[in-house]
Amino acid sequence: MGRTSDIDAGTRLGGVYMRSLLREQLRLAIGVLIVLGLTIGLLPLAFYLAPGLSDVHLLGMPLGWLLLGVVVYPVLVALGWVYVRRAERNERDFAEILSESDR
Amino acid sequence: MTPGLDAAPGIVAITLVTIATLAIGTWGLRFSRTTSDFFVASRSVHPRLNASAIGGEYLSAASFLGVAGLVLLNGADMLWYPVGWTAGYLVLLVLVAAPLRRSGAYTLPDFAEARLGSRGVRAACSVLVVAIGWLYLLPQFQGAGLTLRSAVGAPTWVGPVIVGVVVLANVTSGGMRSITFVQAFQYWLKLTALLVPAAVLLVVWAGDSSPRPSGAGGWSVPLASGGASGLYVTYSLIIATFLGTMALPHVVVRFYTNPDGRAARRTTLVVLVLLGLFYLLPPIYGALGRIYAPELATSGRSDALVLELPRIMLDGLLGEVLTGMVTAGAFAAFLSTSSGLAIAVAGVLSQDVTGRSRLGGVAAFRLAAVVAVTVPCIVALLVPNLGVARAVGLAFAMAAATFCPLLLLGIWWRRLTPAGAIAGLVVGGLSSAVAIAWTVNVSTPSGWVDALMGQPAAWTVPLALVTMVVGSLVTRSRVPTHADRFLVRLHTPETLELDRG
Repeated sequence: MGRTSDIDAGTRLGGVYMRSLLREQLRLAIGVLIVLGLTIGLLPLAFYLAPGLSDVHLLGMPLGWLLLGVVVYPVLVALGWVYVRRAERNERDFAEILSESDR
Repeated sequence: MTPGLDAAPGIVAITLVTIATLAIGTWGLRFSRTTSDFFVASRSVHPRLNASAIGGEYLSAASFLGVAGLVLLNGADMLWYPVGWTAGYLVLLVLVAAPLRRSGAYTLPDFAEARLGSRGVRAACSVLVVAIGWLYLLPQFQGAGLTLRSAVGAPTWVGPVIVGVVVLANVTSGGMRSITFVQAFQYWLKLTALLVPAAVLLVVWAGDSSPRPSGAGGWSVPLASGGASGLYVTYSLIIATFLGTMALPHVVVRFYTNPDGRAARRTTLVVLVLLGLFYLLPPIYGALGRIYAPELATSGRSDALVLELPRIMLDGLLGEVLTGMVTAGAFAAFLSTSSGLAIAVAGVLSQDVTGRSRLGGVAAFRLAAVVAVTVPCIVALLVPNLGVARAVGLAFAMAAATFCPLLLLGIWWRRLTPAGAIAGLVVGGLSSAVAIAWTVNVSTPSGWVDALMGQPAAWTVPLALVTMVVGSLVTRSRVPTHADRFLVRLHTPETLELDRG
């Protein structure tokens, strides 16, 4: 009896495996979204609470322009890259646990 | 502008893009033989090609022309549009990309029916796909009219008609498979058409001893004006774009063309790179426009900034060639986005309306494509222009308040019921429709009510989500019996041999 059949038959053990996979993937997704919210998502509030920020210049550009026009894009790609790696690892772990007892 | 020598670069550019689009579409035909090819290219498109196609389809007139014009007009707070349109793909990646592909459905109504086993939910979704698709197609057609008038002095009806005819020719002949090649080509065309002129114009600007825009104070604040209501408008725009992307019908259809869930994730990651690359460019036009062409903002022609800036900054042949390039890019933007939307709307219409007749799969799809393109094309000729970015923004808000809660709960929450889903779709759809009607009828927005209606996502999305959850909890006895099996299908890697229902 392999553990894939536990999931197929909808046993309690199969349910435990599925719930743990869902929990891991959802936790990862929410983690990425929290990082997104606490970085890029806080920018409007920061500029609202500290209007002086818009007079700051970095690399010859106003801070608001530099952040929203350039910096956000590599940040978004980096977050996406981290997510894809970890999501695939979660799935590999899940597949390994299931196949171990199949042998 | 009167047609004449000025029109030459525009006419050449539009002719070349049209010929290239039709040629690549015809070439793609050789690979397009079955009904499955028509709808989803038989689900065998490589991540890199698919990502270029998604980028090509997604970068619409609002991205190519609208962003630069808005930045010229209002400044840094408009940068939230391109940031949100890109971040929307990150949210899509982490919450829905792989499960959506694994659901194995063609369209959003297919997903809803497979997940909830209900014809009623399917019907509600079909109506919403057509509504959002047409709302998004309208500004594409109207933008095409403006572009042709600005570039070659043609009457405004010419643009919508040309775009409509070319889109129909491509979509009805080759379907999804041939359109994949066309759209991948159009991403690179749009990037080149914006990148090369931007580089040349930056050299001109540097040679001009790098003048600074005047009176840049409020123009560099990344926040809508108006104090607290400005803060609300900015955050509501963020919610609409971050959450609306996953729920756009033409974006979702593209995910079914990936071979598996893992490929769907990798495709989305490449899309993030391609979009980030592209969106570095429009703000450059906005900033240069502020220095060299402030009169476009005051005369209400800011949407034409990208098209007119090369001629304003450069005389002679180089200015003409660059004008031809940006015109070609703008035209490609109309064609690719309209094609994607036409496929999405036609896919739903052919399954739920024309497919019910005695027509075969492909014939039903062709008939549906004609309806999907003709209706918004005629409406575009009849109703006044809303402004490209504003109309697209409303489509995003409506998508965020309807399909976004459905996808999130359908993928991550076992206890969603058909009744709860329908209640949420109706509440989200109606509240968005009220907000859109209000916004269209108010010409000069002012104060809190207009802010809430003009940028509704911050209240409509939570309202729809809560309605769906409460509706499902009230009808908890009607959780579909196959819900557990369906979640296995959505979340487990395809390499495992599991019963997926």
